[in-house]
Amino acid sequence: MNEFSPKIVAFCCSNCASAAAGIAGRTGMNLPPNVSVVRVPCTGRIEILHLLKPFEEGADGVYVAGCQEDSCRYITGVVKAAKRVAHVKKILEEIGLEPERIELFNTSAASGRSFVQTAVEMTDRLQAIGPVSTDVNQNFERGAQS
Amino acid sequence: MIVAEPKPVSEILDMVKDAGRVLIVGCKGCVTVCNVGGAKEAAVLASTLRIARRNDKSFIADSHTLERQCDPEYINELEELIESYDAVVSLACGVGPQFIAERYPSTRVYPGVNTRFMGGAVEHGVWSERCAGCGTCVVHYFGGVCPIARCSKSLMNGPCGGSTNGKCEISKDVDCIWDIIVKKMMEQQRTDELIEFKPPKSWVTARDGGPRKMIKEELVK
Repeated sequence: MNEFSPKIVAFCCSNCASAAAGIAGRTGMNLPPNVSVVRVPCTGRIEILHLLKPFEEGADGVYVAGCQEDSCRYITGVVKAAKRVAHVKKILEEIGLEPERIELFNTSAASGRSFVQTAVEMTDRLQAIGPVSTDVNQNFERGAQS
Repeated sequence: MIVAEPKPVSEILDMVKDAGRVLIVGCKGCVTVCNVGGAKEAAVLASTLRIARRNDKSFIADSHTLERQCDPEYINELEELIESYDAVVSLACGVGPQFIAERYPSTRVYPGVNTRFMGGAVEHGVWSERCAGCGTCVVHYFGGVCPIARCSKSLMNGPCGGSTNGKCEISKDVDCIWDIIVKKMMEQQRTDELIEFKPPKSWVTARDGGPRKMIKEELVK
């Protein structure tokens, strides 16, 4: 059984994702405890540096939960976020990390279930990929292999 | 502006592989405007290096951005800072790393960008070449369009036979600038000027004449 609990930072739009989180909470669905939420007024405000910082601080993955492309309150915010996420994927790849460690999800304000499902999906994905290799994690991997 | 593009991170990582403390120096000039070497990009590169070298607990990558890297007075600003680092990565055009290396001869200085051309923004996020720095500007003969920088063959008497439907023979994505020149001259009713033969251009004032220097006597102390 995989005991690894990936540390995930989720940047969530305060218009759609936060509303979805409210619905999820009212229906008894909660985000996994390994997911830390950073609420932002619009995902278009998230800079490349914001997306990199969690990896510097030891996160195993990052995701952005933004609006549907046709319903962004600020029109193009989530489109900009998607481009920045794509750029960070390239950066991660260049430095030998899996680009799948970062993702953007288009969330509906009405769907609490999919909001929680996104967090679960990302957790599952990162459990399959494994931790970001640090000295400690490399030792963990070596120990697991032996 | 001078337009540059970032070097691959892998190339930069290889440059600084033996350095334990790296300073990324941004420039608030041209490279800030074309979004490759300003304060934001310097911070992103520093962060990227820190993530890439995460297993080296003593590794340090910081960023600092200068007003310009093509004036010695701004380079002097690094004086107290630079001694704390093993390597400096300049995100300015090719001028920046040279000015830093000249001012601080014992410091290892690396270029973090590839300098491409002199041009401008034609749309958000897209830059296009406009000037080849030939040293004798001729745009006024051609409706305000430069055939030296924008014709693949730098023709002064175009177009050539490779112009098809307004596109250059080198690529369907490249406009034939002579097609544009002719249309502009027609709009201005100046096509008769294009009939006049333009003699071969002297390239002595261009890079072909060797490294160039400009002196304004009234400013020299």
